[in-house]
Amino acid sequence: MKSYILKRILSLIPVLLIVSIVVFMIIHLTPGDPAAVILGPEASHEDVKQLQEELGLNDPVYQQYFHWVEGVFQGNLGDSFFMDKPVTEAILEHLGPTISLAILSQITAILIALPLGIMAARKRGTATDQTFMGLSLLGISIPHFLFGLFLIIILAINLRWLPVAGYKPLSAGFWEHIKYLIMPAIALGTGQAALIARMTRSSMVETLNLNFIKTARSKGLHERKVIYKHTLRNAFIPILTVIGQTFGTLVAGAAVTETVFNIPGIGQLIINSVERRDYMVIQGTVLMVTLTYVLINLLVDLLYGVIDPRVRLKKES
Amino acid sequence: MEVAVEKRRELSDFRRDINRERRRLFVRRFFSNKLTVTGSVIILLTLLVTLLGPLLSSYTPYEMVVTSRLKAPSADHLFGTDNLGRDLFARVVYGARASMGVGLSVAIITSVLGMIIGLYSAYYKVLDHVLMRICDGLMAFPAILLAIALMAALGTKIDNVIIALAAVFTPYVARVVRSAALVVREQTYIEAMKAQGASSMRIIWGHIAPNTLSPLIVYSTFIFADAIIIEAGLSFLGVGVPAPDPSWGNILFDGKLVIFNAWWMTFFPGVAIILSVLGLNLFGDGLRDLLDPHTNHAKK
Repeated sequence: MKSYILKRILSLIPVLLIVSIVVFMIIHLTPGDPAAVILGPEASHEDVKQLQEELGLNDPVYQQYFHWVEGVFQGNLGDSFFMDKPVTEAILEHLGPTISLAILSQITAILIALPLGIMAARKRGTATDQTFMGLSLLGISIPHFLFGLFLIIILAINLRWLPVAGYKPLSAGFWEHIKYLIMPAIALGTGQAALIARMTRSSMVETLNLNFIKTARSKGLHERKVIYKHTLRNAFIPILTVIGQTFGTLVAGAAVTETVFNIPGIGQLIINSVERRDYMVIQGTVLMVTLTYVLINLLVDLLYGVIDPRVRLKKES
Repeated sequence: MEVAVEKRRELSDFRRDINRERRRLFVRRFFSNKLTVTGSVIILLTLLVTLLGPLLSSYTPYEMVVTSRLKAPSADHLFGTDNLGRDLFARVVYGARASMGVGLSVAIITSVLGMIIGLYSAYYKVLDHVLMRICDGLMAFPAILLAIALMAALGTKIDNVIIALAAVFTPYVARVVRSAALVVREQTYIEAMKAQGASSMRIIWGHIAPNTLSPLIVYSTFIFADAIIIEAGLSFLGVGVPAPDPSWGNILFDGKLVIFNAWWMTFFPGVAIILSVLGLNLFGDGLRDLLDPHTNHAKK
């Protein structure tokens, strides 16, 4: 197991190398001089020159890269031009809403997906199964942000049940906090639920066909025990993978949904920085989010061994 | 000598018959599969609307009439008008060109690039290490995030949307082609061809490539769908297809500004996105069932 963990962690090195190069190149892919782009068309020649100097843009590219990576290892992602503060500080300020939203969406997704997926697997081939699967296909085909817009029109504008958009931190009270996050969580959660439900169904169907389930049934075990204790546990690895992956996308890919609901999270930070051409923030945020995404996937991978002893043994041998 | 020629002709006739029979069977199964049929009908309709756009509407998508701003759907304006008094039907129909166009271009470009990268890395071990690490690195990014970052770097232009999305999705396609190609590469007949001295060019393109086509086609249908979703997201954020050209995403962007009094500006482009993506997903799912014997087996 130890050697597996080590191998898995070592395999991240080339991935992170590529990630860092791509993120670093964002500023250099911009057509024209980055300093001039950042300062805008009204900037004087001297200002541009000075910024070039400050950013080290006159150094050879590889030197700039090493300089940047060095900074990253020291926890220094540079400073935001627009907000006049370190990028790390800006990220920390925007982290709370994104995490709250991700957790709430994930709970929504699992609550919808697992029961539906299990039910579809138990009734496979029937009309119930087909309806659920049709719904999940629809769930995959609706972009989250679009579903969010539809929810706003129905739940907030017509029925006036929930606030249209905005965000209140947890310190404003639990209900206040949740109230603003219900619609975005449903919007994000249902799409993820569709993916998780599909995987739950197919993994359950596969396990239900195995012999030990037949044995469990023929020895007279209660159906509920067969489903939850025997089938679900054995079918859980692929389900967990999808849950892990979707959590990664929730932390990372909620950008558009955050914009729809005006939630001051990481996604909004990125979008605002793109509009302001605040490249240091774009680079820093994209890097941090991607690192989180990679780490979550690593964690999920390592969790397999904990959940399923078979994986642990297979990897050891 | 004559006998040999005769035998060879018989063999080629036999092969032709088998291929014809296979094709006939595939066509029959294609049309008896509900998913593929529904999917293709939706996609064909969407493509038809995309191509016939100008003939379907008497308005242009750019013409602003200040007096008829935010009119609800009526016989005159089928989908209503937008906040600048432009006919929404015309904008949604013309918007299909941007949205479907980006999706299709991305699907085609990623298929070609992904195929080349996938095939060569499956065939040459050294290339494999380098190319697959690059793919892993690119796939480590959440798709929409990489797309936003690339758009920030390249600038908002429809061509750049295509470039950014191609960069995002090519690694996924390359992976799919590579894993299909790896299976073929291990077959004995490839071994035999190498022994006969066939060039690697001929082995790769003549014998391995055709065997990777079915997973590739299925996968690029999903890429087509995903590209439509991400393009809509980018344009909705204002970093995709720039105004005044309509795309479904940037109509939604305008619609968000007036969401309190004009539901139709969100509803119609929204339905267009859902329908086209759903059509492609249905088609892809059905096609996968048809082409992949494993899923057929699992279904039983």
